[in-house]
Amino acid sequence: MPSTPPDGEDAPRDGSLPPESVAEARGQHLSAYVHVPFCRTRCGYCDFNTYTAGELGTAASTPAYVDALLAEVGLAAQVLPPMQPLRTIFFGGGTPTMLDPAQLASILDALRERFGFADDIEVTTEANPETVGPAELEALRAAGFTRISIGMQSAVPRVLDLLDRQHRPGRELDVARWAGEAGFERVSLDLIHGTPTETLEEWRTSVQTVIDAGVRHVSAYALTVEPGTQLARRVRRGELPMPDEDDQATKYELADEMLTAAGLEAYEISNWAASPDDWCRHNIAYWQGGNWWGFGPGAHSHIAGTRFWNLRHPATWAGRLGAGESPVQAREVLDAETRRIERVLLELRIAPGLDADVLTESERSRVPDLVARGLVVDGDTLTLTRRGRLLADAVVRDLLD
Amino acid sequence: MNQPVPAAGTTDPAIIRNFCIIAHIDHGKSTLADRMLQLTGIVEARDMRAQYLDRMDIERERGITIKSQAVRMPLTGLDDETYVLNMIDTPGHVDFTYEVSRSLAACEGAILLVDAAQGIEAQTLANLYLAIEADLHIIPVLNKIDLPGAQPEKYAAEIAGIIGCDEDDVLRVSAKTGEGVEDLMQEIVIQVPPPVGDAEAPARAMIFDSVYDTYRGVVTYVRVVDGELSHREKILMMSTGATHEVLEVGVISPEPKRVDRLAVGETGYLITGVKEVRQSRVGDTITAANKPATEMLAGYQHPNPMVYSGLFPIDGNDFPDLREALDKLQLNDAALTYEPETSTALGFGFRVGFLGLLHMEIVRERLEREFDLDLISTAPNVVYDVVMEDGLEHHVTNPSEYPTEGKVAEVQEPMVKATILAPAEFIGPIIELCENRRGIQQGLDYLSEDRVEIRYRLPLAEIVFDFFDQLKSKTKGYASLDYDDDGVAASDLVKVDILLHGDAVDAFSAIVHRDKAYQYGVAMAGKLRELIPRQQFEVPIQAAIGSRVIARETIRAMRKDVLSKCYGGDISRKRKLLEKQKEGKKRMKMVGRVEVPQEAFVAALSTGEPKEKEKK
Repeated sequence: MPSTPPDGEDAPRDGSLPPESVAEARGQHLSAYVHVPFCRTRCGYCDFNTYTAGELGTAASTPAYVDALLAEVGLAAQVLPPMQPLRTIFFGGGTPTMLDPAQLASILDALRERFGFADDIEVTTEANPETVGPAELEALRAAGFTRISIGMQSAVPRVLDLLDRQHRPGRELDVARWAGEAGFERVSLDLIHGTPTETLEEWRTSVQTVIDAGVRHVSAYALTVEPGTQLARRVRRGELPMPDEDDQATKYELADEMLTAAGLEAYEISNWAASPDDWCRHNIAYWQGGNWWGFGPGAHSHIAGTRFWNLRHPATWAGRLGAGESPVQAREVLDAETRRIERVLLELRIAPGLDADVLTESERSRVPDLVARGLVVDGDTLTLTRRGRLLADAVVRDLLD
Repeated sequence: MNQPVPAAGTTDPAIIRNFCIIAHIDHGKSTLADRMLQLTGIVEARDMRAQYLDRMDIERERGITIKSQAVRMPLTGLDDETYVLNMIDTPGHVDFTYEVSRSLAACEGAILLVDAAQGIEAQTLANLYLAIEADLHIIPVLNKIDLPGAQPEKYAAEIAGIIGCDEDDVLRVSAKTGEGVEDLMQEIVIQVPPPVGDAEAPARAMIFDSVYDTYRGVVTYVRVVDGELSHREKILMMSTGATHEVLEVGVISPEPKRVDRLAVGETGYLITGVKEVRQSRVGDTITAANKPATEMLAGYQHPNPMVYSGLFPIDGNDFPDLREALDKLQLNDAALTYEPETSTALGFGFRVGFLGLLHMEIVRERLEREFDLDLISTAPNVVYDVVMEDGLEHHVTNPSEYPTEGKVAEVQEPMVKATILAPAEFIGPIIELCENRRGIQQGLDYLSEDRVEIRYRLPLAEIVFDFFDQLKSKTKGYASLDYDDDGVAASDLVKVDILLHGDAVDAFSAIVHRDKAYQYGVAMAGKLRELIPRQQFEVPIQAAIGSRVIARETIRAMRKDVLSKCYGGDISRKRKLLEKQKEGKKRMKMVGRVEVPQEAFVAALSTGEPKEKEKK
């Protein structure tokens, strides 16, 4: 979740959605995102909407948070039309495992009660390696989680130090193994590349480590220096160099080569999986224009062409819900052309690709040039080549009218 | 006033004193003029405002006077007789030497006004020489004697040395406090000779200024030499043969005042209904259509542009507005020339000719300020005469017109006589700069113990390229510069092209001396490498003379242009970023397949150091 919310129009305090979105969403699929805004400490690169204990008073303690979250679940159930049972749920943060398993379970119970769960529901939580052990993993599995996404970032202690990550190297491998033992079918290890001063060899070590761990899902993101973070201050003071885009491109290409050789295919620009069954179905919903309700402070939602987002601070978010009001800060009601543009920029990123019918005639006429430049593959759908993935934003700009 | 002030047209030339003030910017000319207006009582204290005579805002802000005026002031002399003083304001900058010379030609005397804390400056010296050549009586005056830093003794000695008078003849005034101004005016009456002319001869009047007024059309300022000009008379412009009817004749005192006629020795204005100052040119002679004079007054010149630059609207849609704006400026600026030009890199614009750099700056500034246009201007260049071996000649006002086929036999470039005045401690750096700019020293004189006058013959092209800024920075701002046309000289010049991804970018082509070609090529290629963002492919930047590449830089291909993380909360932001980027793309100019931001053109064409490339 980015630090700065987009501009939008005011949303009604009763939480009601535009009638056209309600009508369109009726009977459609639904996903849920739960934002848990707590961390033990703040990492130097992170600008997500998260808080340490010292930053929040009792008004936003974890029990108060859970109460407010349950209130938001009730609100969502009121304003949404009847829809299909939940297909995916994703707990992100922050550090979801800062909540104890009983608290997490109570949230899942409320969601199940209000919306129902599909038989093959995917329930993911993000986890920091230092906050979970075998017992916590067993409890999470028992609470209903099916998938875990472990924020490993790097296998190299020096790089972890640069990122302010506190876990002992190797710990994430233990966590992945314990997760398997606890019965998690699907485990993802998440990496960050291009940390200032990280060498190509250090990056190779990290990628090799996730391959050796034998997980069936890997995410790898280029580090961005977000304004306002400790990292941004260190770069501004000249203590660290700005991440270099060429270096990040080289590291991306190296990771893609190594992961592909190990049998993991890129199914999105920053995500690799051993088979389509291992894809994160929740994220696929984001990229294919699915409906989801984002619960929690600062969480974003999308219901049938309406995007809305909650107040960012846990206390103000909870305050609204305590007063029986919607915690939505603002919303955007997308017109048909905007939704079409979103489809182009999102669906080009993923392996299923973009249906060429989404493009206008003049846009389609530009495809052969992109193919000739080795950026796009024109098959049943349009997909990006490796070079195209690195230049995805430029491809979208070149393509759109 | 003991006696009535005689009306214009009936004034005995013996009581008229026509004078001007020669001064450097900031040496207090406008303040002195203000004080004279007050002392002669023609402006009431309550109507007084600073720099009363400088009408245009742009002049008031920059402290320079572009357009001159003639103000008629009555004064009672020490002999109790009534006199008529006509103060003719002169432009104060190097680009307007010709206009200055015409203003001087309307006078019999000149006040040399020098800041008592700074001494004489190069342009003032140049104008002083013009005044001496025009046989004007010079009254030397030190101004600002009230300033703590004033050194009247030192600068009186300097002036005395230059004009060959006694140090005690140098008057001392403070235009600010008014001290000494009354005495100065009496000295004008005593020292400046009255005008002499033949009242019975066919009328001859010299145009010394011509100003466009939105309501009245062109207002022409004249000095009557012989005969008289009257209301409703048909007049003849001797250089063009055009005739006009005088709709109004008047004097400025200090607001326009209608009169019946202007007679020998008088200055005033005419309105004939013409709409463009080109139809009423400075230096031309006006005579009576029914009884024309046979000979023009001496000294008329047609103004020739010395410096050319391409002006292009940043937004191509503004082209018609630019044309309209130039049309309007030309109404008031006979020296401004322009014709449409098409640049492959910059689109549609105009090739504009100027008298010099200041003229160029003023025109540009007025276009941007008064007409609200955003412009890119190409680097200014001078005019070259290229003679081919087959005898064909090209008059090149734009590097893109430089002949590329056939053998060049000779290239002539315009030269100037440059005069630099500076404290003696800067002799070294000044000589180094001039030598480096292909100058040939013509002389070096000490004006006083610690001030020197250095004279060089230089190619105008070198002055046009950043010379003044360099001079200022090498002399901590103490040097002053004047230059004047000095014919042409043959030089070993070549055209350097800049190629982007194999395509020549016409806006960056330049004609430079062969010895400087490499330096120019390397500098421009290096600048562009910093300014042009990376593209999806590698972009070579080459500097070439003809087909020979003399410098090369490469913009490496962009390898990464993607937002790595794009989850639920990122989508709106991501889409908005895309919209912004697409908007930004509209401000790109395509050079072949290379997208070049407008800012890159602006920055590359400026003569300063490139700014650091902006991080995304």
